[in-house]
Amino acid sequence: MQSYQGKSVYKGIAMGPVVVLKKNDYQVKRTRIEDPEAEIKRVDEALEKSKEQLQKLYDKAVQEVGEASAAIFEVHQMMLEDDDYLEAIQNTIRTEQINAEYAVAATGDNFAEMFASMDDDYMKARSADIKDISERLVRNLSGQDDADLSSIEPSIIVADDLSPSETVQMDKDKILAFVTVHGSTNSHTAILARMMNIPALIGVDMDLEEIHTGMEAVVDGFQGTVIFEPDETVKAQTTEKMAEEAEKLRLLQELKGKENVTLDGHKINIYANIGSVGDIGYVMENDAGGIGLFRSEFLYLGRNDFPTEEEQFQAYKQAVQMMAGKKVIIRTLDIGADKQVDYFNLGNEDNPAMGYRAIRICLKQPEIFKTQLRALLRAAVYGNLSIMYPMITSTEEVKKIYEIVAEVEEELKAQEIQYKIPEQGIMIETPAAAIISDRLAEMVDFFSIGTNDLTQYTLAIDRQNEKLDEFYNPHHEALLRMIRMVVDNAHKCGKWAGICGELGADTTLTEEFVRMGLDELSVAPSMVLKLRKIVREMKVEE
Amino acid sequence: MKSFEYTVKDELGIHARPAGLLVKEAKKFQSECTITKGDKTKKLTQLMMLMSLGVKQGDTVTVSAEGADEDTAIAELKAFFENNL
Repeated sequence: MQSYQGKSVYKGIAMGPVVVLKKNDYQVKRTRIEDPEAEIKRVDEALEKSKEQLQKLYDKAVQEVGEASAAIFEVHQMMLEDDDYLEAIQNTIRTEQINAEYAVAATGDNFAEMFASMDDDYMKARSADIKDISERLVRNLSGQDDADLSSIEPSIIVADDLSPSETVQMDKDKILAFVTVHGSTNSHTAILARMMNIPALIGVDMDLEEIHTGMEAVVDGFQGTVIFEPDETVKAQTTEKMAEEAEKLRLLQELKGKENVTLDGHKINIYANIGSVGDIGYVMENDAGGIGLFRSEFLYLGRNDFPTEEEQFQAYKQAVQMMAGKKVIIRTLDIGADKQVDYFNLGNEDNPAMGYRAIRICLKQPEIFKTQLRALLRAAVYGNLSIMYPMITSTEEVKKIYEIVAEVEEELKAQEIQYKIPEQGIMIETPAAAIISDRLAEMVDFFSIGTNDLTQYTLAIDRQNEKLDEFYNPHHEALLRMIRMVVDNAHKCGKWAGICGELGADTTLTEEFVRMGLDELSVAPSMVLKLRKIVREMKVEE
Repeated sequence: MKSFEYTVKDELGIHARPAGLLVKEAKKFQSECTITKGDKTKKLTQLMMLMSLGVKQGDTVTVSAEGADEDTAIAELKAFFENNL
């Protein structure tokens, strides 16, 4: 197995045989000629032929990728009519008394060099266009046809670089992926690959001498990797991933933009759980209606000191702005238990799941909590933000939280900093909170049931202990009754209730949850459309 | 000679396709049409030279026309810039 990393220009996965395209090095020979005018006439003829070919390519590209992306071949035609370019070729032939092929190649190199040296990535990428048209001219001068790329088997195309005309000439159904050593994300080849929905990796530092036509390869556009001669494990993983992708695409085509509504008209919000701003792309890709659980721990983990208010503010602001008006529920710090951070100096505990964690840290060390609250209140100005407090067990805790929020509000007001008090809710993840959810519902705007902790606390089963797997029943009646109770108590006070734990994504329970009247399910982005499908195919009244 | 100044709004600047269309447009007139960015002036009929100016979004260029149909040329070129760039 040989594995290489590259820059992915289209996210997709492919597996199949490799075809290595080696540029025919038209060893352009320099020969002296007697009759420059005859050579110039040959250039004119080759020029006409090139323009005809480009017109055909343009027509093919218009059909396959649309007018805007096909325009490159129109530009190529115009470049071939450029006076400076043509005069330079003619002058070279006349003054140096050399053959047309050499004059074209030399002129093409000069112009390509001019663009390659420009201080602008877009213009740099244009040097490939000039090389492309010059090579076409040379081919036509020497009577060679375009390399025939139409008769290959479905393959992964591996090349040093691909010109736009090479890319578009290939039969789209027979290209599994492109992998090139050179190229830029701005190149037309990259743009065409995106338009054609073909996985493509560029800038792959591979040795083309070691890669041969007929080898097998796996291209993963999500990871930006290509693996030649993959072993059975990699192949099996890839097959699985491809099936998942295909399923996702199918669901997307079927369900994107559709409402989460049952056949008899009941609606539910399906949101996504995420762990960092970087995940928002997946939220959008999977068409989630909002973010139901944004774990703020990512700001605290993997560093040596507390994140500043400004850092947090920027991250939250970016999230709500990216979601453009859709709900973003940010859970305050949930450190402790299985998530340890050195600089918090939490010390070792015998029973961390029941220990000093989450809101308990925030209430005992309000200076940490206040920094996060300030950032959240400030970011709330920029979009549809909600705050969610984890690990609540009592009404006193909620009162204490509101006191701290009020202090933060006073400070911000005094400093004349823009802020907004957003919707505030709590996680129901302790049996205590579930049982007094009627009282809690009077105090907060919403509930989100954290089924992972609620299950372990209710069943007295440590999630990390494998020996207990056979006793662990996430469908335990106690749990389902609690969920129903929490939902009913929320609704009695006119509040909404959702689930953000793993159980929310359990497709065997989706129908039951909708019937219970849950207002929201927040799940991994990849599950959003699967749940939407179930909801759209069910009825609440049987 | 007639001329106008224009600040490019297109995200990619005078990139390949509009440059090509601009050349086509300029070739319609008898007048010699030029474009100036900073201290560099190029004929509007020279595609590659025009592209080599690397005009980006936010750059201000001066477009001039000199010749028998300079009035028409300037009016139409101005319209072209406003519609395409």
